[in-house]
Amino acid sequence: MPYPQELQELIKTVEQTRSERVERKRKGIEVGALSLKERDKRLKSYHPDFKDDSRREIRVGPSKGYAISPEIVDTLESGSRLNPDDIDLNDISYETDLLIIGGGGAGGSAALVAAGAGAKVIIATKLRLGDANTMMAEGGIQAASKLKSDSPYWHYLDVIGGGHFTNDPDLVRTLVREAPSTLAWLEGLGTMFSKEPDGTLKTMHGGGTSRKRMHYAGDITGAEIMRTLRDEIHNHPDRIDILEFCPAVELILDSGGRCAGAVLYNLDTHEYIVVRAKAVILATGGSGRLHIRGYMTTNHYGATGDGLVMAYRAGVPVVFLHSVQYHPTGIIFPEQAEGLLITEKFRGAGAHIVNVDGDQFVYEREPRDVEAASIIRECSDDVGKEVPTPSGKCGVWLDSPMLEFLHGPGYVKKEFPGKYILFKRYGIDISKEPMLIYPTLHYQNGGIEFKSDASTVLEGLYTAGEVAGGVHGENRLMGNSLLDVTVFGRIAGHSATEYAMNKDMPEGLSLDHVVRYHKELKKARIDTGMHSPVILPDYTNPDVKEKQVVIAP
Amino acid sequence: MASQTVPVEVKSETKSEEKLIPINVMDRRYMVPENLTIMKALEYAGYQLTRGCGCRGGICGACGTVYRMPDSHRIEVALACQTIVKEEMFLSQIPFFPRNKAIYDLYEIEPEQSTLSEFYPEIFKCIGCGTCTRSCPQDIEVMDYVAYAIRGEIQKVAELSFDCVMCGLCIARCPAEEAQPLVAILARRIYGKHIAPKAKHLSDRVTQIENGHFDKSLEDLMKFDAEKLKELYVKREKESELPDPDWEPEDKSHL
Repeated sequence: MPYPQELQELIKTVEQTRSERVERKRKGIEVGALSLKERDKRLKSYHPDFKDDSRREIRVGPSKGYAISPEIVDTLESGSRLNPDDIDLNDISYETDLLIIGGGGAGGSAALVAAGAGAKVIIATKLRLGDANTMMAEGGIQAASKLKSDSPYWHYLDVIGGGHFTNDPDLVRTLVREAPSTLAWLEGLGTMFSKEPDGTLKTMHGGGTSRKRMHYAGDITGAEIMRTLRDEIHNHPDRIDILEFCPAVELILDSGGRCAGAVLYNLDTHEYIVVRAKAVILATGGSGRLHIRGYMTTNHYGATGDGLVMAYRAGVPVVFLHSVQYHPTGIIFPEQAEGLLITEKFRGAGAHIVNVDGDQFVYEREPRDVEAASIIRECSDDVGKEVPTPSGKCGVWLDSPMLEFLHGPGYVKKEFPGKYILFKRYGIDISKEPMLIYPTLHYQNGGIEFKSDASTVLEGLYTAGEVAGGVHGENRLMGNSLLDVTVFGRIAGHSATEYAMNKDMPEGLSLDHVVRYHKELKKARIDTGMHSPVILPDYTNPDVKEKQVVIAP
Repeated sequence: MASQTVPVEVKSETKSEEKLIPINVMDRRYMVPENLTIMKALEYAGYQLTRGCGCRGGICGACGTVYRMPDSHRIEVALACQTIVKEEMFLSQIPFFPRNKAIYDLYEIEPEQSTLSEFYPEIFKCIGCGTCTRSCPQDIEVMDYVAYAIRGEIQKVAELSFDCVMCGLCIARCPAEEAQPLVAILARRIYGKHIAPKAKHLSDRVTQIENGHFDKSLEDLMKFDAEKLKELYVKREKESELPDPDWEPEDKSHL
């Protein structure tokens, strides 16, 4: 759907201010970034995390009393999908050294490292191998690779400043210290990073970076990394088994209370599957499809926070889930593409965010939470400078055409082929017309508690990626999630293999922790009427939903 | 207007007052809102998708779909998450199509003219019909890259196929029974590993880190309290926004 007449009129206003803004950019005159104090005020006034009723205390379990998004609390306070009495844990379908739950960037990296170290691995994944948020990450992957202008020291400062100085220092150190070697590992797997003719990796800025250290593969960096990992995983059928369409629904513990496998659920045949493993890596990813605060999301279809629920029932605390990341630039028009991500690379390359009057109201490279809060503020009654959409929503402009003036004609199509084609399908040429955007639910900043060796408080359970919390504190910077999944995925693969190789196959498998959790729910008189993990969101038309029946066997 | 600004996503992602049009899902007719994508229309009709749905953003290749319009003999292709429904379309998703991936050790592979055809000799069966190119929802010149693969031009295959989402529609439709995306990813990986120039600065940096070059400065940072970190954070020099490969900070410490 091309821009209707009303919006085309408003675009003229953006065009009128463009040359002045381009000129300023060329001279290096920037709209001032907010001070730390101003950032704090902006967030508390406008970020969805700080709205009334945006947090609720969890009433049971290891993090009882911790207030987080109500949508996540609901999943934690729901009963299991399994009745433990109905499951025969002696009927074991698979035995392995290492069970990896989740087939995204973290699980995939872990599998390759573990298989390389000699472990037998099973990857159990909800959808297909590679159906994960990693696949959708567009912008890039950070690493301090430039010798004369950058180092892990500066990367560390950017990460911890972006996270409002709340991040776990040891996790941050690990992230930035292992970043270059992880990037080199990906290069060695044949990932096609964008390079100069002499092999120098191309880099860009991202929101909140002091140095250009965003490495990329066109505008599909995550997809390029994920399909490379996937192809390599398929090269090791002797060591890695892949169970697709088999999400885990509960962890299994052994007689010593150690993690000893999981119960999977076959989405095709609806049967449960018992996997016994010496160690388990939880790499289930994020939770955007829970639609926190009712927001649209950039996340893939299976991102329903399953790992949080399974680990929590088994006694692993959750951290940093009080903050949720809204990506500043989600598509708000055309409606068919609503919620989809517009990569931060547009702003990294210098594209301004402007309001209905064509005025730049915020520095375009604030950390994501500050940028998002500023856009929400602009569209609020307090300011009222929003651009209305035909369906009664609103947004602000991301002025992509100004990149053609800054970097030369053809730049947008060349650097952002994916987004160029996407909009072209709707009759919008983003090298000539700006994009209409609004913040969209993007990333689970927090997750289950873990240490820098990827271990958790539950012996035998390791974790990596978006399901794990603490690396990014209260706010993640662009380019640090592809880095997080690969760095900690590799560490998890290494640590879990080392642990598993010294262990016998666990005995005395049980789901007693689920029984205990159910008792705790009952004692607290909690009944959400739901079961968790959620597994998949339900977008069925409510009229149809009302009439759906389950035919008795 | 401004008070209703938060774009609350209706869980069904649809609104009831929209105009409905008929579509035929595997020959079964449903009335769906005219402006939905094929994927959202399926969900509107009541399908709870497991197969045929992944990223919902046009990059994962899970939702390859074929359709025909009643007034044309042509087979059209689409990614269900990216394509708006058309009145009276007859559609079927093809979420999976069999393909046999070659197993290889990328470290051992030599980028020779014959490398691609050694692993996928069936590329020589290409009859040049162009069905693959017409079947590509990403508008990739599939037949052209197969031609380059036959000639052993690995870099060309890698570049031409870069936007491939591996949905497999070309595989499903190829009369020569090829699995083009598998040839393409082998080419991209060989190119990335063996042909593209290496990032020497990256391996130099890895060596520095392995030698403990930054251990002390990182340990110091870990000890600092939030106040000290804030002070350092605010003072960071920012690299120029515009392209300047020679930019260097004035403060050369910690490099």
